Amino acid sequence: MDFSFATQQIIYGLTLGCLYGLLAIGYTMVYGVLRLINFAHGDLLMVSAYVAFFGIIIFSLPWPLAFVGAAVLTAMIGILIDRGAYKPIRKSPRISALITAIGVSFFLENLALVLIGGRPKSFPTPMMFNGSLTLGQLKIPVLSLWVLAVTLVLLIVVVTIIHRTRVGMAMRALSRDIETVSLMGIDENRVISFTFALGSVLAAFGGVMWCMKYPAVEPFMGVIPGLKAFVAAVLGGIGNVTGAAIGGLILGLAEVLIVAIEPDWSGYRDAIAFCIMIVILLTRPTGIMGENLPD
Amino acid sequence: MLQIEDLHVSYGGIKALKGISIEVGKGEIVSLLGSNGAGKSTTVRAISGLVSIGSGEINFKGIRLKGMSAHKIQKLGLAHVPEGRKIFSNLTVNENLLMGAYNNRDKSDIRSLLELFFRRFPAMDCKREQLAGTLSGGEQQMLAIGRAMMSKPELLVMDEPSLGLAPLVVNDVFNIIEGIRKEGTTVLLIEQNANAALKISDYAFLLENGRILLEGTGVELLNDPRVRAAYLGGAEDKADSDK
Repeated sequence: MDFSFATQQIIYGLTLGCLYGLLAIGYTMVYGVLRLINFAHGDLLMVSAYVAFFGIIIFSLPWPLAFVGAAVLTAMIGILIDRGAYKPIRKSPRISALITAIGVSFFLENLALVLIGGRPKSFPTPMMFNGSLTLGQLKIPVLSLWVLAVTLVLLIVVVTIIHRTRVGMAMRALSRDIETVSLMGIDENRVISFTFALGSVLAAFGGVMWCMKYPAVEPFMGVIPGLKAFVAAVLGGIGNVTGAAIGGLILGLAEVLIVAIEPDWSGYRDAIAFCIMIVILLTRPTGIMGENLPD
Repeated sequence: MLQIEDLHVSYGGIKALKGISIEVGKGEIVSLLGSNGAGKSTTVRAISGLVSIGSGEINFKGIRLKGMSAHKIQKLGLAHVPEGRKIFSNLTVNENLLMGAYNNRDKSDIRSLLELFFRRFPAMDCKREQLAGTLSGGEQQMLAIGRAMMSKPELLVMDEPSLGLAPLVVNDVFNIIEGIRKEGTTVLLIEQNANAALKISDYAFLLENGRILLEGTGVELLNDPRVRAAYLGGAEDKADSDK
């Protein structure tokens, strides 16, 4: 394996890793606040993809408007999922919430199947995201540069919100003690909604960029990326935003590089993530940046 | 300032409060005493909106609190220092205090409240950016009280502020409570340390099995033989003073 081939694969791996990372941040934020694995989070990828698709194809919106619309609508659906499904059982045992999350996931997938149909739709990738730059022997897809840049910016925005703003402070406090936050005169449900909205916006960006990379929009497109993003969140240390991004990158790189080194294994591509998950849970359940929570 | 009338609260079929009536007047320190499981914490949790009221009424400044959520009650000017301090261990000392003033949008006011806290507790000044979880128990209690005071409450409800603290620190806590009252905040104090609580209280209620067993001024209860026997280890004290 020569140098340019390796670099090329690393670029592909990082691109995929960023997309996992964007989704994983949403998982990790909701877990941090509610101790809930929101299994419906992966399906937001599908929601945003459809919104962007219909925005461009049916309503002939210019793509930036369709993408922003996808982010806004996905954020609203994220809030709606919390208010409709999770809020009524906030005080129930955690397992109820987990089962509800799986139910919401199936609901969204099958709702899309009924309303839109199962035939994959080809995503109209805008011209400016096509093509690639050639650097010597390297071919860098323009989309990869966009994915890397957008992910980096969003990660900085999220970390800044969590550590430098009032609502971020409330989110951090909420992750330890919801009841005491309410004693501070803070409407905990508004902070939770904000968390869902923020996570959903990242999922929406991830969804749109995912579609430009793999341009088939279908109701179950969010399942596998969602599960892998969950693995990335666990790998990075669930509850930790930077950890989720790092977990995503490691997962993306591992998947691409292992297949690059041993092409025969390409059929086991999806298994790699879950093998990593098993190893992590056995050796370091708190993940790379996770801390031991007094639970 | 605070009236509780015939309050009943049940948890899943178990009656924690079986009709208690309490009144707290403006500017007073009122104590709620009793052993574990008597219903003290349930009472203050009902006041703050953390548990739902079965029957009966709670009025604060003439406003009916029944059915109101906790964050709205706090905004009326009622701050609650929860049992076990419940500081946000993953936030810094400064951030914990800012959480108490979350709904205050006046930055200069917040700054002066912060300075007031650090003037009152100079030992905390160099720990502003330290994570609150690293503080000692006594410091955490001061922080919990300071955090509640950041909202400039009219009524401060404190649930067992002396629990698990060293005797010297317990003295500090009671001095602080007196100081808070002097500055014009009404205090409702839940305590197991009946002796110390009664010494600073204008009025006190003794709870047992979800009912009020006794009530009276602090001095009256301090001298009540039943209180002495049950809560002050009074029998031996009496014997000592008789010699």
